[in-house]
Amino acid sequence: MSDPTGIDRNRFATTPAVRAKQRTEAVVRGVLLTMAAATIVPLVAILAYLVTEAAPALSLEFLLDVPRKGMTEGGVWPAFVGTLYLVGLSLAVSAPIGILAAVYLNEYARDNWFNRLINLAVINLAGVPSIVHALFGLGAFVYAAKLGYSILSASLTLAIMTLPVIIASTREALASVPRSFREACWNVGATRWQTIWSIVLPNSVSGILTGVILQVSRAAGETAPIMFTGAVFYKAVQRGDLFPYQLGEQCMALSMHLYTVSTQVPGVREAVPAATAVVLLGSVLLVNAAAIGLRVWLRNRKKW
Amino acid sequence: MSPAPKIQVRGLRLAYGTREVLHGVSFDVREHEILGVIGPAQSGKTSLLRCINRTIEFTPGSHVTGSIAVDGEDVATTRNVYELRRKIGMVAPLPVGLPLTIYDNVAFAPRCAGLRSKAELDEIVERCLTQAALWDEVKDRLTSLGTKLSGGQQQRLTIARALSHQPEILCLDEFSIAIDPVTTMRIEDVLKELRRHMTIILVTNLTQQARRLADRTLFLWNGDVIEIDDTEVIFSEDPADPRTYDYVHGIIG
Repeated sequence: MSDPTGIDRNRFATTPAVRAKQRTEAVVRGVLLTMAAATIVPLVAILAYLVTEAAPALSLEFLLDVPRKGMTEGGVWPAFVGTLYLVGLSLAVSAPIGILAAVYLNEYARDNWFNRLINLAVINLAGVPSIVHALFGLGAFVYAAKLGYSILSASLTLAIMTLPVIIASTREALASVPRSFREACWNVGATRWQTIWSIVLPNSVSGILTGVILQVSRAAGETAPIMFTGAVFYKAVQRGDLFPYQLGEQCMALSMHLYTVSTQVPGVREAVPAATAVVLLGSVLLVNAAAIGLRVWLRNRKKW
Repeated sequence: MSPAPKIQVRGLRLAYGTREVLHGVSFDVREHEILGVIGPAQSGKTSLLRCINRTIEFTPGSHVTGSIAVDGEDVATTRNVYELRRKIGMVAPLPVGLPLTIYDNVAFAPRCAGLRSKAELDEIVERCLTQAALWDEVKDRLTSLGTKLSGGQQQRLTIARALSHQPEILCLDEFSIAIDPVTTMRIEDVLKELRRHMTIILVTNLTQQARRLADRTLFLWNGDVIEIDDTEVIFSEDPADPRTYDYVHGIIG
């Protein structure tokens, strides 16, 4: 029924159907929010647990000192530097190869059997478990290439492990640059490379770098590949020495060290593995924070 | 004998995969004319332009047969495709300001061609922006981003960029789709001026725009050339093909 003003007064009334809709809406929202919030819990729990456990051992001295008394005392310096070596070297190999391969696949490759094969290889390589990478590294670099158990072998193994993910993230970054930009360049007679160099790369560099930096945490955290190829139980190193290793030598690494002090050495204080984990986690989080900072900075300079 | 045509298209067929979108079109474009190309959406107008400057190659699965000759040289076998593309200025339907400064947007093509002299680049930037009726609005902020301009300004920037490599042929693909009528009229005036220096192909959805500007008009429908003739004939009461009459008078399409 409408009244003489022609306005249907029942139109905005709260009927049972409306109330039911509102209730469902509230429930769905609540469930989704709970699930999203639940992801914070493990992170906070891990951090809180580690930091309280590690508190007695944690100090700058722990980072800078070498392990003493059969690894039960002292610090993690050789392992920390070893991880820096492994991560730095593996990304120095995989980042250029991965980025250039992704540029080819995204900008040049036509849809033919060969490029489909490359795509398939990249996808499958990303799915290979790290222990299998370890075995491959052992066979290929340590024995076949005669590099021995060394930083070089371990870094190359890590590089192969991170490569497919770098390719995938770089391709995604490249694909986010609108096609119309490329067409505008081609239309004025620019070559593919001129287009890539002056338009595509400058506008995808933030995504590319973020993808590469996120692989730091993976390379730093993996134990299996380096355990088989170049990480060692103990290595005598000077306290605070930044260049203790040759590339042909074996080295210590944080992830490996964590495994060792947790399970292989008797009589280690609880705080030592926890503090080692804090150093590993802390460095990774620091790198990730830097990646986010870089991304924000580059995105603010983005030009469209 | 009329002079040799600027562009000669013969039996041009284009297929995307198995779907053929141009079914053997043939026509000439004369030097210093404005050729209007009209026809409904999906009739192959944009694809036709992309065949002429061979950017169709960037679309996977495209397959071109037949021939296009620009100045008598077959585009399919031309030695330098980049030279060919520089000979043709192309303006896309939606404005594309490259994520560069206004100055760099216009200087991009000359730089790609190898020009480095600052003085020459300055001169080209000013001339092209002036020709595109944009110079007065942006001359004080050439270093701000091209992508920050309004839609209409970006479209004129696109035109300036298309002129920056001194093309002999200018292809406009529905250039007025994203800009207001006043700016459209200004650009149309620019086109009338430009035709003294170059050959213009004007693809448009607005049949009246073709009527205002074009010397000759080509009616393309579903990948076939229905009719090409002087604009007055196309828009007259008795063009050669009844479908042309129906289309330009809004009965079909």
